[in-house]
Amino acid sequence: MGLIDNINKLFDHRIRLGIMSILVVNEDADFNRLKELLNVTDGNLASHLKSLESSKYIEVEKSFIDRKPNTRYSVTKLGKAEFKKHLEALEKLIK
Amino acid sequence: MNKNEHLKNLSEIKQLMDRSSRFISLSGLSGIIAGVYAIIGAALAYFFTFPKPGSYLETNSRNFKISVFIILFVAVLSVVTAFFLSSRKAKKNNEKIWDATTKRLLTNFLIPLLTGGIYIILNLNNQHYGLTASLMLIFYGLSLVNASKYTVGDIKYLGIAEIAVGLLCAALPGYGLWFWILGFGFFHIIYGSLMYLDEKKS
Repeated sequence: MGLIDNINKLFDHRIRLGIMSILVVNEDADFNRLKELLNVTDGNLASHLKSLESSKYIEVEKSFIDRKPNTRYSVTKLGKAEFKKHLEALEKLIK
Repeated sequence: MNKNEHLKNLSEIKQLMDRSSRFISLSGLSGIIAGVYAIIGAALAYFFTFPKPGSYLETNSRNFKISVFIILFVAVLSVVTAFFLSSRKAKKNNEKIWDATTKRLLTNFLIPLLTGGIYIILNLNNQHYGLTASLMLIFYGLSLVNASKYTVGDIKYLGIAEIAVGLLCAALPGYGLWFWILGFGFFHIIYGSLMYLDEKKS
């Protein structure tokens, strides 16, 4: 098995990697919280969230808080497993 | 990608994990100050409560109530100071003082602490005074251990130390005030100083 077999292409981007890092250690996080932690624009963040969502790595839950829309994101089992593999592969590459 | 880039990625991941899940702005200085308050408070309480040789400690007396009031005042003052200094530090770090991490830290800190507080008050109401200092130390220690998962630093070890002193205090009745001073006074000063030096370094 080659060294880079487990490197996940989808995580090969700073913002997507950041989203996953936050979500694996938190039950969930809403859009604004992610935006604030990652320091990115709305459009940019939304597009990366979309791509993680479409590969079923994260889940989206939309609701209303005080009549304002609130979107919360959380990581799926698959996402967690893939992220773990990716981290292990990164660590191996460094060694 | 080369090695350095991977390393940078990994440290960024670690940093984001910490910043998103832990409250990082707890001030070391507030630990030192809380310790000083505790010692001053205990000295005042000693002066008011402890009887002259040959007389007994009267739990219904005005002096005893003053002591209880002093201890409560020390606790409130410590919390206010910690809040003030931590929010100042958060501002310096460009962090919000009130976000998801603060809420999680406080909830997990307060559950054992309030349980202990209510238990102690019920105990005092039933005229059980003997183990008050020990119970305060133990429940405070448990609160710290519980909260340690949601903040940085070694609060866990401070918590374990407080629990140990609390148990020792229960084993050696009659020295409650001294163990209280050790746990709430000196331990806070030592821990706060270590944290403060760490802050200065980074």
